[in-house]
Amino acid sequence: MPRFMMFGFSRPQLIAFLVMVALVAVAPFVLYPVFLMKVLCFALFACAFNLLIGYVGLLSFGHAAYFGMGGYVAGYAAKAWGFTPELAIIAGTLAGGVLGAAFGWLAIRRQGIYFAMITLALGQMAYFFCLQAPFTGGEDGIQQIPRGNLFGMISLKSDLAMYAVVAVVFLFGFLLVHRIVHSPFGQILKAIRENEPRATSLGYRTDSYKLVAFIISCALAGLAGGTKSLVFGIATLTDVHNAMSGEVVLMTLLGGLGTIFGPVMGALIATAMENYLAQAGAWVTVIQGVIFVACVLAFRKGVIGVLAERLKIQL
Amino acid sequence: MTISRRALIGTAAAATALPLAARAQSPTIRIGVLTDLSGPYQDIAGVVSGHATRQAVEEFASKGFNVEVLVADHQNKSDVGVAVSRQWIDRDGVDVIIDLANSAVSLAVSGVCKEKNKVCIATGAATSDLTGKACNPNTIHWVYDTYMLARSTGGAMAKAGGDTWFFITADYAFGHALTRDVSGFVTAAGGKVLGDVRTPFPGTTDFSSFLLQAQASKAKVVGLSNAGADTINSIKQAREFGITQKLGGLLVFLSDVHSLGLDVCQGLVLSESFYWDLNDRTRAFSERLKPKAPTKRPTMVQAGNYASILHYLKVANAMGAAEAKKDGAATVARMKATPTEDDCFGAGSIRADGRKIHPCYLFEVKKPAESKGPWDYYKLLATTPAEEAFRPLKDGGCAMVNA
Repeated sequence: MPRFMMFGFSRPQLIAFLVMVALVAVAPFVLYPVFLMKVLCFALFACAFNLLIGYVGLLSFGHAAYFGMGGYVAGYAAKAWGFTPELAIIAGTLAGGVLGAAFGWLAIRRQGIYFAMITLALGQMAYFFCLQAPFTGGEDGIQQIPRGNLFGMISLKSDLAMYAVVAVVFLFGFLLVHRIVHSPFGQILKAIRENEPRATSLGYRTDSYKLVAFIISCALAGLAGGTKSLVFGIATLTDVHNAMSGEVVLMTLLGGLGTIFGPVMGALIATAMENYLAQAGAWVTVIQGVIFVACVLAFRKGVIGVLAERLKIQL
Repeated sequence: MTISRRALIGTAAAATALPLAARAQSPTIRIGVLTDLSGPYQDIAGVVSGHATRQAVEEFASKGFNVEVLVADHQNKSDVGVAVSRQWIDRDGVDVIIDLANSAVSLAVSGVCKEKNKVCIATGAATSDLTGKACNPNTIHWVYDTYMLARSTGGAMAKAGGDTWFFITADYAFGHALTRDVSGFVTAAGGKVLGDVRTPFPGTTDFSSFLLQAQASKAKVVGLSNAGADTINSIKQAREFGITQKLGGLLVFLSDVHSLGLDVCQGLVLSESFYWDLNDRTRAFSERLKPKAPTKRPTMVQAGNYASILHYLKVANAMGAAEAKKDGAATVARMKATPTEDDCFGAGSIRADGRKIHPCYLFEVKKPAESKGPWDYYKLLATTPAEEAFRPLKDGGCAMVNA
């Protein structure tokens, strides 16, 4: 058993975390900041999703709904109501959380494939809502969302300033997920994942635990979506489409299900492919497919999962 | 196999340091073709858009500056489009972004170009907002827009005898806007709209009940206010149901007719602003492009890339490459002040709101017996002159016009 240190980090995890923080700090001076911000937003989204699938064992197929809705609400708040960026992002987070509370309340009543199908159906409903609702701008989306001034003072126009905000938001979300997973509450979530009837027989109201985990996951997805819409200045249907729900499943699987760093790595791989293959012409989808197949064959437990296994540590 | 932590860190550091070496500093004009290489618009724009752009660069005998063409796939995602554009502008020194087949992507990239003071030329986008409420001094909208399509297919067709209409409308903002615009032109031309049925969007694959309603309405023309797969499915199924009314396609391109075949498409009426077999000059252009894309004929979007880049390079040459690189808005202002002249669209001009003005043509798809071979698909029904083809300047709501 690894000895748990502060914040629930084991020693290798702490080192890995510090390395990650260092990389996040140095990266914008080496790589293109807008690309990195996108990676961080998706990494946060994948972490939120991983909280549900990796630690509660709930496979949600409609997570794009919360991500996208967070984006729309944050974007609309910043553009139409003139919210400052931090308030807009909080509005997006709340939107994700509220939507998650409503959808989760319905969905957690069923297990397994039925749960997945219900979340998929609800996610599609959210998509159609965004397609028709006047405030989302239909298929054109919300365009030219201003980044605004943080706390009304610091301009986020420069990519580096925006990057700093995104990095803070990401690290906050990452630590929050980690803290939740390693809290007594998280232990119960894992117990539910392993054997739900047994957790019930021990006296836990599993439905309430699952619902709270679901809402937290959705709120974090909304946080990621809201941040992303400010970074790019747009909120469009891409983010609520069910392809996005599939993408976050892939990211989590690629990186390693139920590992803390897996979703981050998965998001990095998937976003880098999308970004750098954009110049590769008509082969984008083919190359993506081949890489996914290779990953599934070579890294059954995801990149980080396999790495942790080889190094005999928990990551 | 074991991986040491040190080796891992070393590799990661090396990988992140790579892009630094790739930075270039030469004073070259760079053109970024941001198009759809893998999705639904890849035949309308796609690879051939890149070829057409390069064709313009080759034909333009430049003195004094180099031109480089980059091509990327926006994958129909606005965020990918924005990320690529920003990277092109910030890192690769791209001065012009062109094509933008996909309205949402075009609106997003147009905003980026304004922020960075570069030039945005939308040739593949349909939305008339680009020169309306979303207009900006860095954007030019070249080939077509929804207003032009509605005006030509609705107005010109009603004048040519198709005076009663029934619409099959995709149930979202784009479909509603098309139906509304076309209805306006049909009634203005003395025609009548007999009905309108809305189809769920996206995901409708069975149009039979809608087509039967259209048939029962006895309207002379069935207007298809939809796009992409919806249009293709409704055309195919109309053929299968033996619908004898004329079909009015509002967003159908030469490449769609090519992939559907004349057997299915015959009699379909549609509007385009360019057809390769229109006159001697368009035929000459298509011949010149042939070595690059031997099995294809250019669509209007691809022709638009050629024509707009030719115009841009002429202007850049006149004002000096360094000046053109420095100030995108000034370059666009100069492009508006200079009359355009090219093989694809003939003589034309660019309006204050960024709208490129040229005639629009109403075509009917030939019967298989009339066609001489692949790509011989259209016969000309009517021409809308340049001044009437596009939305009047004052109606667009573009802030630059009143200022």
